[in-house]
Amino acid sequence: MLGNLYLMANDDQELGRYNTFPKLLLRNAEKLASAPAFREKEFGIWQTYSWKQTRDNIKALALGMVELGLERGDKIAIVGSNRPKLYWAFAAAQSVGAIPVPIYQDGVADEVQYVLAHSEVKFVIAEDQEQVDKIISVMDQCPTIKMIIYKEPRGMRHYHQEFLHFYDDVQEKGQAYETSHPDFFEAEIAKGEPGDLSVILYTSGTTGRPKGVMLSFENLWESARLSVDFEGLTNNENVISYLPMAWVGDHFFAYAQALMAGYAVNCPESAETVQLDLRELGPTYYFAPPAIFENLLTQMMIRIEDASALKQKMFHYFIGVAKRCGVDILEKKPVSLMDRILYSIGNVLVYGPLKNRLGFSRIRVAYTAGAPIGTEVFKFYRALGVNLKQLYGQTESCAYVCIQNNKDVRSDTVGPAAPGCDVKIDDVTGEVLYKSPGAFMGYFKNEEATRETKTESGWVHTGDAGIITDDGQLKIIDRAKDVGKLNDGTLFAPQYIENKLKFFPFIKEAVCHGGERNTVTAFVNIDLDAVGNWAERRGLSYGSYTDLGNRDEVYDLIKGCIEEVNQDLAIDSNLANAQITRFLILHKELDADDGELTRTRKVRRRIIAERYGTLIEGLYSDQDMISIESQMTFEDGRTGQLKADLKIRDVDTFPALKVAS
Amino acid sequence: MSGMDTLMTDDTRTIGDTLLDVKGISLSFGAVKAIVDVSFDIRKGEVRAIIGPNGAGKTSMLNCINGFYHPQKGTITYKGITRSKMKPYEAASQGIGRTFQNVALFKGMSTLDNIMTGRNLKMKTGILSAMFWRGPAEKEELEHRRYVEDIVDFLEIEAIRKTPVGRLPYGLQKRVELGRALAAEPELLLLDEPMAGMNLEEKEDMCRFILDVNDEFGTTICLIEHDMGVVMDISDRVMVLDYGGKIADGTPDEVRADQNVIDAYLGGGH
Repeated sequence: MLGNLYLMANDDQELGRYNTFPKLLLRNAEKLASAPAFREKEFGIWQTYSWKQTRDNIKALALGMVELGLERGDKIAIVGSNRPKLYWAFAAAQSVGAIPVPIYQDGVADEVQYVLAHSEVKFVIAEDQEQVDKIISVMDQCPTIKMIIYKEPRGMRHYHQEFLHFYDDVQEKGQAYETSHPDFFEAEIAKGEPGDLSVILYTSGTTGRPKGVMLSFENLWESARLSVDFEGLTNNENVISYLPMAWVGDHFFAYAQALMAGYAVNCPESAETVQLDLRELGPTYYFAPPAIFENLLTQMMIRIEDASALKQKMFHYFIGVAKRCGVDILEKKPVSLMDRILYSIGNVLVYGPLKNRLGFSRIRVAYTAGAPIGTEVFKFYRALGVNLKQLYGQTESCAYVCIQNNKDVRSDTVGPAAPGCDVKIDDVTGEVLYKSPGAFMGYFKNEEATRETKTESGWVHTGDAGIITDDGQLKIIDRAKDVGKLNDGTLFAPQYIENKLKFFPFIKEAVCHGGERNTVTAFVNIDLDAVGNWAERRGLSYGSYTDLGNRDEVYDLIKGCIEEVNQDLAIDSNLANAQITRFLILHKELDADDGELTRTRKVRRRIIAERYGTLIEGLYSDQDMISIESQMTFEDGRTGQLKADLKIRDVDTFPALKVAS
Repeated sequence: MSGMDTLMTDDTRTIGDTLLDVKGISLSFGAVKAIVDVSFDIRKGEVRAIIGPNGAGKTSMLNCINGFYHPQKGTITYKGITRSKMKPYEAASQGIGRTFQNVALFKGMSTLDNIMTGRNLKMKTGILSAMFWRGPAEKEELEHRRYVEDIVDFLEIEAIRKTPVGRLPYGLQKRVELGRALAAEPELLLLDEPMAGMNLEEKEDMCRFILDVNDEFGTTICLIEHDMGVVMDISDRVMVLDYGGKIADGTPDEVRADQNVIDAYLGGGH
């Protein structure tokens, strides 16, 4: 095993020689050679690939594709779950000057078709039969596709189309090509320039069609270099990659940073085993959207409710201790001796086992990004001693604009501008603007959108409304276009209120209405696990999500949660009038397949407002019951009608409180 | 290059000679006649279904095939050998595997261990070396574990590998049971109502696994089902039993059009 090799410590000139990812791959294969680059759990065992093996595999794949007719500048779509072989496809494409275009693997055929056609994909690398079927079903509308390479042979033996190739066969072709064309691979890599287009990432987009964000090697490379340096990441980190490969977060963290720092990327066995695999692995560096942290917390609370009385007491007592002093201990601030002693006892009895269960025992740095995180959730993990920090960025910036400093982590800001980045607020619109080394090249085949987003002076519009605190920390309020005003002039930031609601384990999703209205109202999606568990405990029987959500007891429960949020809002005099007055529980879960959420689970307000217009009107009427018929899409793409009668409930609001300060 | 049409691929499975031949068997328990003079065959590589209303003698037929019951009349010829009385373990060692209508797993054992029991007949080391887990015993167990892991991968049950099966939902228990039957590497797999009590999605999954087992491992499959629709979709040939007697036998289309079958399922006298 190699020591703590900190590749960055070499002087900048040395590093500058490896100015693209394929060049970094060659560097790692040479300098880290037998150190692990990828692990994949298969047949119950972690299978390891060293950097050398990784390079050889990538080389074989790249040359095999060249043999099949791949040329510089061609686009290669990559669709499937996180697998080493699919990560290799990125590097293989880039090595020979082709451009990878990852695609969300759970996208329905129509979404996939749009991206394939728009990006003019020539080769597709698909994980398995399911993905191959999806691609074949839309091939008629994607005339540029010439080849499909599949990784998993299962179920493929009856497919005889000439354009289909088995991944391993392509690699074999590549090995043969290597013998007749030695040094071809290295020569192709040497042709790569920092300014070249390295990847096109399609944004899921809360409005309209996805846009293809073009990122150059320099964008990702420089952002990765600065961030690896900032956190002091070494080749000894371990990360688990389970987020969609088409998401910029995963690309940055499991590809760009991994190649830069030379650490190992670990792929879980399947989507269902992530939690188990996480625990076995104990990553040192972890990245997840807030929903995952919230979900883990919800699961944990459900489990605790099932524990014995003694364990529950112990848990609640020590969590209390952690909430009081855990964050200060993590940030190395002064803490009384008594609290220190209690905290270390708690560590043995509660925090340690809990972190072990979650797979967080070895975490040095954990990020949450992609959406705001609930203050309570955020503080909970930090209090346990998990160094959870917020990161602010977007696809257009390689996910790198602001990072919180280890010594100064707050729940309500996303930190100061990261090294190399500049952030400012537009004086007129209040929108957050940034300049960064990761600022994208442009949107693929969409000049107009590029011009709207990236000004000539280099400032990029984020579309987020924010403020910068006196000491230079950025605070994101909401999406700029979502922030509105109530009729009485009160600021209405829907996401801000929704996040407060979503902190309750019982509430999975919430959508608030109020722009140009007199009051704020809300749609609520209950969390089936948490509310289901709660219902079982009370002996309430229920048949389905719709049935459970429509019960009076559940309405009472949610009403209680909303009233707590109202109390909280009442404290802030600016928002006191934005308390929620009425709500209803939706009869179905908002779903990305129905277009109501993006693939990264962000609410698409316009679509929801259109589809559930009658419900919104109902909330602003004096009815206490409303019926709705809506369409839902099943997993296999079929659609069905869902009809339901929904109750509407009033909620108590509270007079504005002036905080004594 | 085109769309979905090209997906309709030719069937490359080869359906071979007769693997199992049942001739004129009758089985009765006292005065109750469970099976009355039924003859049929199962060919190598096919998916063969036996359907029929409740109490038609379907499970009794499977029990005869794997030696659980001994018919009073008739012969059963398996791989060319006509047998008289055979014990279930003899059937198993000759390559006949099965699952049960009511899941018959070891509830307290993990998924892995349950499937491992399916390898029982393949294990050669003695009890003593197994106890000390030295030398050949260790090597053998590793080999078997590998095979079991292939099945876990095949049936996509990685996430429940170490879960005691008693805690699993019914649909998954059925899948584990299929896994255990597969672990014995059967040539002929008897499935007793593999889809009973499942929801639509679970049924579709199970169908896919059955077809994949047939396709990838070349295992001959004989299944009993209640749900006509499912059976018609996945079977090569279907036999229909009613009151212990055979009333129809043929391809799904033939059986569907058969007047006796229509009468049996919809009630006679039309």
